[in-house]
Amino acid sequence: MKASISWLKSLCPTDLSIDDIIRRLTMAGLEVDGVKPAAKSWTHVVVGEVLSVTQHPDADKLNVCEVTDGASTYQVVCGAANVRAGLKVPFARVGAVIGEDRSIQQAKLRGVDSHGMLCGADELGLSDERDGLMELPDHFVTGSNFADLLSLPDHVVEVDLTPNRGDCLSITGLARELGVLGQSTVRYVDCGAVDPESDETHDVHLSAPEGCPSYVGRVIEHVDVTKPTPMWMVERLRRSGIRSIDIIVDITNYVMIELGQPMHAFDRDQLVGEIDVRMAHPGEQLVLLNGKTLILSDDVLVIADQEKALALAGIMGGEHSGISEQTTTVFLESAYFDPITIAGKARRYGLHTDASARFERGVDWQLAERACQRATALMLEICGGVPGPVMITDNEKALPKIQVVSLTNARIKQQLKIELAPETIQQMLQALGFEVDVTSEGFLCIAPSWRFDIAIEQDLIEEIARIYGYNNLPTSLPAQALTMAAVTEAETPLMRLKYYLVDQDVQEAVTYSFVDPEMQALLGDGVRGVRLANPIASNLAEMRRSLIPGLVEAVRYNVNRQAARVRVFETGQCFVSSGDRLDQSERLGIALYGQQGPLHFSSDRLVDFYDLKGIVDGLGMINGGGSLSWSSGEHPALAPNQTAVLSLNGQSIGVVGRLHPRLARELDLPKPLFLADLSLSPLLSGQVTAFKEISRYPRVLRDLAVLVDDSIAWQQIVDAIESLGDSRIQSVELFDVYRGNGVPEGYQSLALSLSLQDPEKTLDDGAIQELVDQVVRILGDQTGAELRG
Amino acid sequence: MDNLQSIQEQALALIESADSLAYLEEVRVKFLGKKGLISAQMKTLSRLSAEERPEAGAKINEVRDRVTASLEAKKETLELHAEIQSLMRDAIDVTLPGRPQDVAGLHPVTRTLDRLNRLFSSLGYTVATGPEIEDDWHNFEALNIPSHHPARAMHDTFYFDDGRVLRTHTSPVQIRTMVNEEPPIRIVAPGRVYRCDSDLTHTPMFHQIEGLVVDRDISFSDLKGTIITFLNRFFEADLDVRFRPSYFPFTEPSAEVDVQCVMCEGSGCRVCSQTGWLEVMGCGMVHPKVFEQTGVDTSIYTGFAFGMGIERLAMLRYGIGDLRLFYENDLQFLNQFHG
Repeated sequence: MKASISWLKSLCPTDLSIDDIIRRLTMAGLEVDGVKPAAKSWTHVVVGEVLSVTQHPDADKLNVCEVTDGASTYQVVCGAANVRAGLKVPFARVGAVIGEDRSIQQAKLRGVDSHGMLCGADELGLSDERDGLMELPDHFVTGSNFADLLSLPDHVVEVDLTPNRGDCLSITGLARELGVLGQSTVRYVDCGAVDPESDETHDVHLSAPEGCPSYVGRVIEHVDVTKPTPMWMVERLRRSGIRSIDIIVDITNYVMIELGQPMHAFDRDQLVGEIDVRMAHPGEQLVLLNGKTLILSDDVLVIADQEKALALAGIMGGEHSGISEQTTTVFLESAYFDPITIAGKARRYGLHTDASARFERGVDWQLAERACQRATALMLEICGGVPGPVMITDNEKALPKIQVVSLTNARIKQQLKIELAPETIQQMLQALGFEVDVTSEGFLCIAPSWRFDIAIEQDLIEEIARIYGYNNLPTSLPAQALTMAAVTEAETPLMRLKYYLVDQDVQEAVTYSFVDPEMQALLGDGVRGVRLANPIASNLAEMRRSLIPGLVEAVRYNVNRQAARVRVFETGQCFVSSGDRLDQSERLGIALYGQQGPLHFSSDRLVDFYDLKGIVDGLGMINGGGSLSWSSGEHPALAPNQTAVLSLNGQSIGVVGRLHPRLARELDLPKPLFLADLSLSPLLSGQVTAFKEISRYPRVLRDLAVLVDDSIAWQQIVDAIESLGDSRIQSVELFDVYRGNGVPEGYQSLALSLSLQDPEKTLDDGAIQELVDQVVRILGDQTGAELRG
Repeated sequence: MDNLQSIQEQALALIESADSLAYLEEVRVKFLGKKGLISAQMKTLSRLSAEERPEAGAKINEVRDRVTASLEAKKETLELHAEIQSLMRDAIDVTLPGRPQDVAGLHPVTRTLDRLNRLFSSLGYTVATGPEIEDDWHNFEALNIPSHHPARAMHDTFYFDDGRVLRTHTSPVQIRTMVNEEPPIRIVAPGRVYRCDSDLTHTPMFHQIEGLVVDRDISFSDLKGTIITFLNRFFEADLDVRFRPSYFPFTEPSAEVDVQCVMCEGSGCRVCSQTGWLEVMGCGMVHPKVFEQTGVDTSIYTGFAFGMGIERLAMLRYGIGDLRLFYENDLQFLNQFHG
């Protein structure tokens, strides 16, 4: 809402500075977003009268004018097309300064002296458009100070209103607030009855009273619609951000800004039969004022006559029934439309109008008649005319109810921790328009009909807090009994996992939860993701099923920017639907690409599967979580020879592998990319350590090399040794894998280190040999391994 | 006897002059070897009388011990020297770069959220989470935003065909908590939220943290105190904080909170649009309708709630000028937020 400070002050006289007004409104919840001067500043500009116009001797487009300021006559050279004798215009005399940098000097234009400048509205900051000289009405007194006539200087504040404060979408509403905040008396606009001078009426029927419970109409005959809009009204409208159209539209707009009641004027002679306020027929068409044709549905309220829909109720008028230059009889509409009926319709049709903004939030349902009187008075004053009686058609049952809200002193004290005198509270609320009775417990308040946001005690508490000033209220910290938080040791904090990865030089990324459906299809497991009904872009249309598409994009982004090494991870919700069920659980994704380590002279190799496997294994070890078991697996987006599926404590948790080289090529990734896609929650369940007695006896290491078929996986070797179930074999570690010279084709040589220890006694040579023999035997039996000579 | 004396002097001189372990060994053999000069002296004892023998023997032993000690000392010196020489041959350039063990970083949103979680944990709040695809009831209805409510238009909601939505705020976690738990409640709910809006200052996904306290006798002054304390702790500065009346359907009274601009300390700059204030969060007393929806007894309990955007806080904290950087995942940006 744009509001002229001078207009505001005309209703609410105050000595407050503009900065104070802005601060008080803002701190009372009417946030002022900006403030601008209403026009350029200037000096020495008066109303001038052009006495004569003669063609410039040396320039076709210039005229030499005689201009008077009432006291003297000046020769002024002027290039505007609309200059003519008898015209009154803003006249900047020699010495005038306009805006910050334009000063008017005596000058020679093509050899002719010019003493001052005749101004266009744009030159004074009174219009954005260049349209010749600003033509002033004849009744402006020649020589008078032009700024005074326009109530300048003035400022326009932009108030950003919250949806609950529709009552402040008018100068009257803002003045009411400012009156309370600045403790000044508000001079409300006189909306006294304008007596009818004829019996002319037009029938109105409310077919949809829940949408329009009250409709005030008035016929005014013999209206001269060709009258120009007075300068003061044009200016006030302009400062409110509204262009002058014609006098009738301007009057309805003016009343809307002044009082908050949107109105509409019909050409009565175009109406066929009685007005019917009804829901649209499905498929019904309506050509709007802006020339656009709407096809309506039956949840849209329209103003219709007996033939067709004339206007989109509370939003915009139609083309057909509007005021034209031929109009002589005006039918004024001032109605109350139900906010819920209007809400959303403007949005649906992309027609955000000043009217819809007000009706959606709620327009004072007791205002329509007064607004009609006010508009009538303005019309008679400016255009003349013969008014008929005001016709009020309403449906009591459908009208909003008067809200009676009680407020207790105890509640005020509990919520705000202040104690105010009952009279203080009463005054605050009365100034806001409430009727307030003091009761033994507190107050009984009747909310004014313009306050749609008042229904319960808390609403009144906010009013008191707001007027008292939020920042004047006391502060404290909640006093609560101390409790001790649970520290669940078996639960690994997510941050622990993140710090682990960060310490492995894997950077955390955050990618959008919606991804490109094509990328997801390319990188996924063949199942489609959940699609958004209204995505913001076609490449952000599907909810991610894993973190892989986002991470691959992050890798590509950085590779395209010459990063030689990209290591990223992300955790977050992924969305997997199966039938009616939607699983939204947290996953962890890791991507490693490029150089294994930062560039260093001692090593230079690309990252490989085992780098990622090592990092993932570490995740399993955190907080005693249990060891991950790996087996060869498949995934459509991963290379078949380098893909593993993982499980933890028997539960499958994800997949790790190399992006299929075919996809890597397609995605312009020249080096191998390794990806992990893991379910997060199993990795976060650790366990409280159950201490095992440590052996006091020496540990013995025995190394052996075995020759085994290439197809045997290391896990099979480990499983075979574990199947012995001998607790004296503490661990088996692999320290070399060799193929080539000395090893037959199709075989590999594995060097393993056994760690042996007896909890009860020192292992003697015999026992050691026996254990080693057992290991060799079981490996031979289960994997065909032979001891290398 | 003179001979013995001269042998000792000769031996000590040679030991002194030895410059290698090999030469020193030669010296040892020459004097102390089986056929060495000192050993030869021992053999002369047999030529002496039984009376003379002990004294002469003792003198020879004395010489032998002195020479041996000198040899040992010299050997130790030469060995040390040899080791140093050997080490110097293998000397490394200590100025070459170390074998890198780089530490990466957390995303600035995570870093900020973690600080917020810890700040509020220290006041006894627990961290609550909830689903990002929400139903209409949790995201809107229960928060006193019925379908026709104008506030819905402000939310720019992402929808799914089945009517579910991507949560537009973290407030649904409040609802879930109040439905499932009895007061006293003290939670913060951090997480991703979504709005169908994208331009210089909006991304379609961003993060919020929501706070909720429900207990007996919770007041607006408690809310103010909590927020002021939090903002001063978060920015680690004693900043002015102001509360402006505002409107949220799920709180009444409602407030927006401005903090004194952290960039210019309130004197006015580009970041605060010359106002000296930065709008950082919204808050208010929980609306009774929200309590009714979630089964909290309004005759016993009151509460407050607050919510703020994490990116906004992170931008102010770290001086980041462009919101879009958060989701480009450019390592040059991310790498700046180490571990």
